[in-house]
Amino acid sequence: MASTVIPANRAPAPTPKLNYLNNGHTLKSWLLTTDHKRIAVLYLISVTAFFFLGGFFAMLIRLELLTPQGDLMQADTYNKVFTMHGIIMVFFFLIPVVPAVLGNFLVPLMIGAKDLAFPRINLLSWYLYIIGGILISHVMLTGGVDTGWTFYTPFSTEYTNTKIVEAGLAVFIAGFSSIFTGLNFIVTIHRMRAPGLTWDRLPLFIWSNYATSLVMVLGTPVVAITIVLVAVERLFHLGIFDPRLGGDPLLFQHLFWFYSHPAVYIMILPSMGVVSELIACFARKRVFGYKFVALSSVAIAVFGFLVWAHHMFVAGISLYAAMIFSFLSFSVGVPSAVKVFNWTATLYKGSISYATPMLYAFGFIGLFTMGGLTGLMLATIGIDVHVTDTYFVVAHFHYVMVGGVLMGYLGGMHFWWPKITGRMYPEAWAKLSALLVFVGFNLTFFPQFILGYVGMPRRYWQYPPEFQALNVLSTAGASILAAGYLLPMIYFVWSLRYGKIAGANPWHAAGLEWKTTSPPPTFNFDETPVVTWEAYNYDEIPPWERRAPVAR
Amino acid sequence: MSEHEEHTTHSQGFYLAIGIGLLVLTATTVGAAFVNLGPFNPIIALLIATIKATLVVLFFMHVKGASEKLTGAVVVSGFFFLAILLSLSLADYLTRSWR
Ligand SMILES: [Cu+2]
Repeated sequence: MASTVIPANRAPAPTPKLNYLNNGHTLKSWLLTTDHKRIAVLYLISVTAFFFLGGFFAMLIRLELLTPQGDLMQADTYNKVFTMHGIIMVFFFLIPVVPAVLGNFLVPLMIGAKDLAFPRINLLSWYLYIIGGILISHVMLTGGVDTGWTFYTPFSTEYTNTKIVEAGLAVFIAGFSSIFTGLNFIVTIHRMRAPGLTWDRLPLFIWSNYATSLVMVLGTPVVAITIVLVAVERLFHLGIFDPRLGGDPLLFQHLFWFYSHPAVYIMILPSMGVVSELIACFARKRVFGYKFVALSSVAIAVFGFLVWAHHMFVAGISLYAAMIFSFLSFSVGVPSAVKVFNWTATLYKGSISYATPMLYAFGFIGLFTMGGLTGLMLATIGIDVHVTDTYFVVAHFHYVMVGGVLMGYLGGMHFWWPKITGRMYPEAWAKLSALLVFVGFNLTFFPQFILGYVGMPRRYWQYPPEFQALNVLSTAGASILAAGYLLPMIYFVWSLRYGKIAGANPWHAAGLEWKTTSPPPTFNFDETPVVTWEAYNYDEIPPWERRAPVAR
Repeated sequence: MSEHEEHTTHSQGFYLAIGIGLLVLTATTVGAAFVNLGPFNPIIALLIATIKATLVVLFFMHVKGASEKLTGAVVVSGFFFLAILLSLSLADYLTRSWR
């Protein structure tokens, strides 16, 4: 790393002359950087690109479903479109988004470290993500895949003639980028905390990223090897999943969901961490039941591995196993509920201000609760048999993944944008976009609960005419949602130049990341901080700073 | 990372010997596949694979002699999660009515 000496005696000025952003202007200084903050920015740019690509496919889906007939595209094309939407959104957006952008940027800052434990592996993880991304774009441009993001056998191993092996390789490579991120976080959080920063003083964002990292490291290799097995059976006809060759027809689903259910927690846990930070800051209180919220992240990570076969209730697993998995799926609701109740309790008697990040946090709590409760409905075998592979399931997981993960991510982006760039975003526009996202989201996905419950199956390009009214609502909502997502894109870029200078701590927030300048210097802190206080010590902040100021 | 080695380092010859041992075991697996042992074929294959994995974990991944507690915790949790994968999958496989 090109080391830069920062004068030790300089007091944290509002905008320090030398920070991580202007420390080197060449393309090379970005592409070969080992600075976790720059890598976070690289990730930010790339996941945003994939988000809009995945969103483009989502709009194609919604446009096709505007009318009952299959008029916009052929059935085959539709299959490829929803597959690309799923693969891109799951593997190239939702899984990396919060850990690789906010996590990369904040984990060292929040624990008072100069960087992650393995800066070069961190850069390698971004390159692997990009190689996977290029590969999946290549698949997209040269014919696509039509299995859905789940690659179910025997369709993927035997029947489809689309680019399974290439798409699988892309996911395989992107998987290693997330393993490296997880590995880096685990070692960093164990070994590089500032003096005095004990485990029970860690910010909850760190706890949740730690739990996420466990899932990344323990789960991702399983999906990687599963994809290899699909390729092996497809290319060499070895009997792994095909019972005629001695394989087991359900083995693929067992292996795939062993990772892909916990993958939901890879997505949601970091966002939960963001929400804990937001609620504490904008209610000016220590998070209620800190220890329970912290440990519930670990509990979610562990319990999340015990529930995967709830995706297989109609696939032919034994009734005995189905009952075990149904029960265990209910149990994972407990730590999730601990979080929701504790956030709510934190608000009680808090000094609440309604800045944009807090609006997103509220959105998260409401939408995640709906996603979670419908998840309990789906964990009930009887209901699940009725609504398997319908739009009810689609609505449920979008409430968790979009309503949950994306709300948390956007809340976090607004909250830490001043730290990342040194500039404030325009508050009025941001509030408008938060409103558009919330309204657009509900209009898009709530009708899908009803559609699914009355029997509209997912993954079809046409449907009976009686389903049209609700589908029109859903497509209309998607347009509003798209506007809500484009708006931040525009004003964030605008604020880079015209935004108000933020200063080190515009929210008067607790947390080590706010004790350095914005944007932080390359090595984060001029002196290693020594922590003598508990997390979220808002009661120790002077009264005139008790209320978080709202940006203008 | 190379500033202070916390694990015991072995000579190059030692690692070479382990490497050759792994190759011999691979050859044994291939050879055993050509002998019909009935139900014992997969058992033999899995047994050899387990021995190989253990060698790799202990020596190439420096788990043997590692002073860091975290290393042990990672290894134990890896096997714990493997046990979850196997046991809960078998909870389905062994109780299917249609098998
Ligand atoms: Cu699941």
